[in-house]
Amino acid sequence: MELDFQDHAFRAAVLELIRRASTDLAPDVVQAIQTARENEDEGSAARGVLSAILKNIERAREKSTPICQDTGTNIYVVSLPLGISMRRIEKLIREATREATEKVYLRPNAVDPVTGKNSGDNTGVLAPYIHFEEWDEPAIAVKLLLKGGGCENVSTQYALPDVTLKADRNLEGVYKTVVDAVVKAQGQGCAPGILGVGVGGDRSSGMMLAKKQFFRRLDDSHPDPELARLESRLLKDLNTLGIGPMGFGGKTTALAVKIGVAHRLPASYFVSVAYMCWADRKHSMRFTPDEVIYD
Amino acid sequence: MIDLTLPIDEKSIRKLKVGDEVSLNGRLVTGRDAAHDWLVKERPDSVRDFLKNTMIYHCGPVVKKRGNDWEFVAAGPTTSIREEPYQGTVIQEYGLRGVIGKGGMGPQTLKALEANGAVYLHAIGGLATLIAESVVKVHTVFKLEEFGVPEAMWVIDVRDFPAVVTMDSHGGSLHEKIFRHSDNIRKKLLHIDV
Repeated sequence: MELDFQDHAFRAAVLELIRRASTDLAPDVVQAIQTARENEDEGSAARGVLSAILKNIERAREKSTPICQDTGTNIYVVSLPLGISMRRIEKLIREATREATEKVYLRPNAVDPVTGKNSGDNTGVLAPYIHFEEWDEPAIAVKLLLKGGGCENVSTQYALPDVTLKADRNLEGVYKTVVDAVVKAQGQGCAPGILGVGVGGDRSSGMMLAKKQFFRRLDDSHPDPELARLESRLLKDLNTLGIGPMGFGGKTTALAVKIGVAHRLPASYFVSVAYMCWADRKHSMRFTPDEVIYD
Repeated sequence: MIDLTLPIDEKSIRKLKVGDEVSLNGRLVTGRDAAHDWLVKERPDSVRDFLKNTMIYHCGPVVKKRGNDWEFVAAGPTTSIREEPYQGTVIQEYGLRGVIGKGGMGPQTLKALEANGAVYLHAIGGLATLIAESVVKVHTVFKLEEFGVPEAMWVIDVRDFPAVVTMDSHGGSLHEKIFRHSDNIRKKLLHIDV
């Protein structure tokens, strides 16, 4: 089925998606932060931090300004019906990105590693990062994740077995790496964080798998009961670490743990741990020529 | 809540202890990765008067140009630990009374805070819109063209900028304490001998 649409309509829809992603959080994330706040002791630093965070979310939404000044790596996952040109979509996303930067929904965030020069408009090599998939629906679905640098710097990868952690090549080993990663991330990724875990794959597919977990709803549960148990056990234990919001101490170190699995090579057992800060900026849209539906 | 007016003297800074909540008023300067490298390697004189007795804020803001003026739109703290190799030198060389950021810093900075009479203040990461509202004036900017908006050094006036002392000038560090505590729990969960 042919999808006939105007360039300007798609570009405008992406611009609005970027605005939403930068200035508003998805309801499941806000709900998780609210629940965490209620759970922290009255008068504690942890509760104070979460209250300030909730106030900031509200103000950013009202004023349509970025929730966090680090508007991050812009990661797109685009689902296209057969026959739509990927190059056309990429060009339109890049144009919308430039416009979003002009409107200060995005901070200029693309730096040439050789010259040190900031491109000034968030476009560059692999920036924004766009992953294409094909699907059967007569619509274009666009998912967008804004992932800040502080939490990206503490995202990490383990190759099992790991002797120092006593982590073998099994789900118990996976458990140990995630606990280790969260202890090491303290003070860098803004807690409470969300953990996307990719078990298996190679170093690149495993990390992408880990990041794709961020598109899941925070309150969902893994369809595989064994992985669902591991997710809830990890969340419970991570919240005993006492790191707390912003590392000031408290009961909320993580908001969710989401695990994805992929087949691995016999020689490799990678656990890719992606850390997302509390400013978990994920939004999606479904675009057709007649209407645009945002999540 | 303790009100601190910047610039500030050493005596007022020495009174601060880990856990104190403060509200900042007055002039401070933003500076992150490129700025710290520049301050240490080139020792520029142009910024000295602006840094003396005030604080450097680890922040790469989102700013908007309005005519000839700049307006801060989003301005939360960035991760401080990346500046650990430079911070002690910068504190001493430019006479800083404090560093504002997130996540805390390491032993070299802690030593420099003690030796020079300075503190580390923790702002809330991601509190970008609220902190930008506390920026009431942009005086000037250094290295904007060369470093770009996030990395430039913005000289700003703030009003009621909230932060918490997490490293003081007496060797106290909340971050060290929380790390030790959480690492012990990690070892228990992983069955690693403590």
